[in-house]
Amino acid sequence: MGLYAYLSLAAVVFSIGLFGVMTRRNTVGILLGIELMLNAVNINLVAFSRFHGEVTGMVLTVFAICITVAEVALGLSIVILLFRTRRTAMADHVDWLKG
Amino acid sequence: MDSPLDPLVLAVVLAPVSAFMLLALVAPLRRSGRPAAVVSILGAATAFVSAVLVWRGLDAPLQRVWTWLPDANGALASVGFLADEQSSVMLLLVTLVSLLVQIYSLGYLSDEPAPGIGRYYAYQSLFAFSMLGLVVAPNLVQLFVCWELVGLCSYLLIGFWYRKPSAARAAVKAFWTTKAGDVGLLIGIVLLWRHTGTFDFAELRQLVDGGLVGIDGLALITFCIYLGAAGKSAQFPLHVWLPDAMEGPTPVSALIHAATMVTAGVYLLVRMAFLFALTPDVLLLVAWVGAGTALMAAMLACAQNDIKRVLAYSTVSQLGYMMTAIGAGFASAGFFHLLTHGVFKALLFLGAGAVIHAVGTNDITRMGGLARRMPQTMVVFLVGTLSLAGLPLFGGFLSKEEVLAAVWDGGMTGPFVFLLVAAFLTAFYMFRVVFLAFFGPETSRESEHGGGHAPHDAPWSMSLPLWALALASMAIGVYFTFHHPETAFEAPGWLAPLATGVASGGVVLAWLTFQRKMISAEALAQATGPLRTAAARGFWVDEAFVAVYRGMLMALARIVGWIDRYIVDGVLNVVSAWTVSGGDGLRGIQTGKVQDYVLALAAGVVAVMWWLRGAM
Repeated sequence: MGLYAYLSLAAVVFSIGLFGVMTRRNTVGILLGIELMLNAVNINLVAFSRFHGEVTGMVLTVFAICITVAEVALGLSIVILLFRTRRTAMADHVDWLKG
Repeated sequence: MDSPLDPLVLAVVLAPVSAFMLLALVAPLRRSGRPAAVVSILGAATAFVSAVLVWRGLDAPLQRVWTWLPDANGALASVGFLADEQSSVMLLLVTLVSLLVQIYSLGYLSDEPAPGIGRYYAYQSLFAFSMLGLVVAPNLVQLFVCWELVGLCSYLLIGFWYRKPSAARAAVKAFWTTKAGDVGLLIGIVLLWRHTGTFDFAELRQLVDGGLVGIDGLALITFCIYLGAAGKSAQFPLHVWLPDAMEGPTPVSALIHAATMVTAGVYLLVRMAFLFALTPDVLLLVAWVGAGTALMAAMLACAQNDIKRVLAYSTVSQLGYMMTAIGAGFASAGFFHLLTHGVFKALLFLGAGAVIHAVGTNDITRMGGLARRMPQTMVVFLVGTLSLAGLPLFGGFLSKEEVLAAVWDGGMTGPFVFLLVAAFLTAFYMFRVVFLAFFGPETSRESEHGGGHAPHDAPWSMSLPLWALALASMAIGVYFTFHHPETAFEAPGWLAPLATGVASGGVVLAWLTFQRKMISAEALAQATGPLRTAAARGFWVDEAFVAVYRGMLMALARIVGWIDRYIVDGVLNVVSAWTVSGGDGLRGIQTGKVQDYVLALAAGVVAVMWWLRGAM
């Protein structure tokens, strides 16, 4: 299996995640889509790291995973707050910035 | 070059300006009132004595100039003096009237607070300096500077009682009206300089005598210069300021608006007569406007009840005489009339001032019977009136006859007839004043003048100048009746009897109407009908000016308003409308939904990648 196979996988996962972010009405679903996109990036990093024989990409991946954890925690707390105040978790109900 | 007369000529000009500087810079002296007046009178007296000595001692024209603005070929502009026959006589007139008026003002302004008197005399000294500087000016630049200075002094002195709204308005009106002519004068001077390359009178004269001045375009130049003269010398239609200028103190009217400043325009034309001789068309205009002004102002004077306004219109009328003589090509006749008129008109104004001072009103219908109360004033006023009417043995007789002869000899029959009618009217309106004010029944006037204090002759400071001017006027009249001056023109033999007859006719008509009441004044007014109504309103010249100004102003305002409304505002409105509608259209894309933004973001990334596809 060459590098392209990994990159293609990453692209597919990223696209699925992006699709999810754009189409899911539920904010939790959007968060899941974001997770997929981040992990697609991680796949890329690991793949390049492996094929270039460098360790930097791996290190970066570990950082990215850490940050993802924090991001999920923050994102979920926003969702909870949103639900508490607006009694909804649907993204398209939250349009107070409409022009 | 040096002549013993040099310092004397300088003294004439510098004595008044020293007095002015002293009064202007030393405030305590100015506020002290009478001492300030003494300083100013001393300045005027020095100038007068020096002027007499210059006049007596002068045998050849005397010119001295100092460079003011240097340039490569010597001097672009210089200051100095040119004392010749004309300017030395004019110096005499100006200093004499100036001195007498300043003495007279001591009595006339005795009720004025001390600082006011100081201010008045400071202006008087400045005026004397400016006028004398104008008279001796050897070139047009100095003449113009002094010309503007006398205009300024006229403004300051008309508006002397500046708390009185009518005086302030009259001062501004005088300033603007003369300024309208002055613009013409300035343009004329500059054009003349481009035409000939010099401002200097003597050099100009040499050029003209040598036939080195091109005729092309000269008419425009002389016309522009004439505009300035017409403004200062109150020629139709720029005469409107002079009657209003009577708001100033009466001695000011005597000095500035009868004897000196208003004659500056005539004097300028006399000075430049050699140049005007090259442009007969402009001279013709000068003559016709002058004759028209003389006749019109004489009619207007008949319809006035304010003694000072009668005299003001009479001044306009006499200035018209002088201008007509110049227009006929005989400037010397106009200049002669200027001199005699300066003396007897100052006398008339000062006499009128004495009357006004005594009875406290300007209205001749409310005077009457003053001959018994003020015999001295009556006598001197009568001398002035006879001079103005142009009766033999009196000051104005010969000069008026000379003007008529000059106009006749110049072949101008139309203006000649105008002037003859004006001469009749002059005698009529002046004797109307005399009969109404000094003779006839005495009107009760206790109510106006502080409880039963009867009018009486003026104090010595006022009567001395009156007698001096009356004697001067008589002396001129008697002297010239027997010593006919040599002139360049022929007076036909029938002219003197005709002029005398016409003037006597005016006197007799006035006598019949206002003294014997054989002709009722109402019937006379009825007979002249609409003409009298028109004259009482000043022939609507003021109204015409207002209408023209207002029309021009309104038209301009409309144009500017249209530009402001449709072009300036229009551009801004269109831009703002575009902004609003653009914002309206664009707000649709701000849905507030995060997912739409993400979609746009993704689409943007795809677009950028598509755009960069070649580089990858």
